[in-house]
Amino acid sequence: MSETNEPEILFGIYCPPHPQPLLSPEASEGYSKLRAAYDECRKRIEESEADIILVYSTTWPSIIGHQIQALEKAIWTHVDDDFHYLGSMPYEFHMDTEFAHSMKENCEKRGLEARTVEYEGFPIDTGSVVALQLLNPDNRIPSCILSSNMYSNRSETIVLGKAVRDTLAQQNKKAVVVVVSSLSNRMFTEHIDPKEDRIHSQKDDDWNRKILEFFDDGRLEDLSQLSRDIHGQIRVQKVVAYKPAWWLAATMGQHNNYDGEVLAYEALHGSGGAVITLTPSTGSVGDKEFDEDDVEFYRGDRNVLDKGMLE
Amino acid sequence: MAKGQIVAGCLAPHPPHLVYADNPPQNEAYSEGGWETLRWGYQRLARKLKNIDYDAIVIFTPHWQTYIGTHFLGLPEFKSKSVDPVFPNLFRYNYDLQVDVELSEAMRDAASQEGIITKMMTNPDFRVDYGTITSCHLLNPEWDKPIVTISSNRNTHYYSPEVMIEQATALGRACAKAIEESGKRVVLVASHSLSHRHFVEEAPLPEDMSKEHIYNHSQYVWDMKIVEMMRDGKSREVIDIMPEFTEQTIAETEGGGLIWMLGAMGFPDFPAEIYGYQSVIGTGNVIACWDPNDDTREYVL
Repeated sequence: MSETNEPEILFGIYCPPHPQPLLSPEASEGYSKLRAAYDECRKRIEESEADIILVYSTTWPSIIGHQIQALEKAIWTHVDDDFHYLGSMPYEFHMDTEFAHSMKENCEKRGLEARTVEYEGFPIDTGSVVALQLLNPDNRIPSCILSSNMYSNRSETIVLGKAVRDTLAQQNKKAVVVVVSSLSNRMFTEHIDPKEDRIHSQKDDDWNRKILEFFDDGRLEDLSQLSRDIHGQIRVQKVVAYKPAWWLAATMGQHNNYDGEVLAYEALHGSGGAVITLTPSTGSVGDKEFDEDDVEFYRGDRNVLDKGMLE
Repeated sequence: MAKGQIVAGCLAPHPPHLVYADNPPQNEAYSEGGWETLRWGYQRLARKLKNIDYDAIVIFTPHWQTYIGTHFLGLPEFKSKSVDPVFPNLFRYNYDLQVDVELSEAMRDAASQEGIITKMMTNPDFRVDYGTITSCHLLNPEWDKPIVTISSNRNTHYYSPEVMIEQATALGRACAKAIEESGKRVVLVASHSLSHRHFVEEAPLPEDMSKEHIYNHSQYVWDMKIVEMMRDGKSREVIDIMPEFTEQTIAETEGGGLIWMLGAMGFPDFPAEIYGYQSVIGTGNVIACWDPNDDTREYVL
């Protein structure tokens, strides 16, 4: 824990969930660049003093609250639903079970439904497998994976990030936090030659590049505030909201004081794949204030449907 | 060779709770029961299927979600453990199943000829989804028939519910053609719920039926409207109203299974047999069967 009683988050990583950088990096120049960016992040993690790698994966949807991977050694061979022909992904991940259990308790203290999962054969999602295989291949540092609840929205996701901060501070652990998510997530709906891969549309590319400008400037809180716009503009509406920036911003402290670095931005079957790092710094960027309320405790549904009805 | 035919079409929801409640030896979790209305309905439908002569089950599942076309299982055997990513506390099922690869490839070829993007899945490490396992276990606990699993291409999210209707109907037509040419007798299964808004909390004892109810009344009313149309043989109207139904109830029909199945059966105008309706963690589930044989079709419930 730092002198200010704040959790020490060494840096954050934003990276894509698709398996090409792991399974077929040689298939295109773009995939190779993404792989090189992952490798650079791996090196930085190895050189850091991190005690834990914490992953929030958009490809692990949950329904019963927020699920937290707690199996000490998660061992399986994963195959992606779409890209099964690229090969299998055998893995062995070592989880920080102490963190996982405390995280559950801290979620509950903040009003969130949460549970740990500790089952042999539990299907760890493609995004988490890709990220942990590439960022921490030898399990040098224990990790923990958090699910993305399919119904949760802004307040719940921000409170989840704050529960992470509570837990890291309690356990006095230095963390690297990882969000696994595409930028634009529309893929081509037919099989393509990887060498001809490109962002699905000009609009997606334009938005991605604007988001990357914000990341590059370290404007994470600004991105968090833009999440609803991003969701409407470049996200296929599979879930209720674009949550990764909310979670990452809440976990990293809700400000714009970071050194951002875009290590790679390439197409992954049409979607926007970027590997980005955000390192806390002293300088601040941006000139905006926001009127969306900050939230410390999740109170659940407001029962709007049951109020105001005539007897 | 005699023409192949679809001998039954089943709407078979796949909450893992139903397998959990049954306590089969394949599942590691143990329960005290629960959801009997659905489980007894499944048992009755399974008995009916035992009396039908068929060669294979073809199942369309929304839990094998593919964005790049429609995929088909393409190896003769899959053996592994299926752990539900959402309800791992309930469902950790050791499966050992056979696939009718010949039929799978024939359906894939027919679909490709219709212009549908397709892919055979031939990775032996692939884990078969829990929707397939749950529906097939409940319809045929002996697992003595080969299956074919077809993935759900995510047209509803990528385009619109209307595009899903067009695509899934075309896929259904292609599968029906391949079945006819195969000479095989086939049971089709659409594996999904109707309304599909879940509670985000679980009772301490998941099978505590005093805690089980539909998520809201709107979902119930919509579900009943759909069931009523099924009873009345209005399958075409079910499809026509589906975009609205899917949007209003976050229905699992968005995956395309029921559209595919009714499309393959030519949108039957005979009544569906209804075997039970019940909520599972807030979602609405009906078990229904379309039996094209006038002599064996029953009024069940």
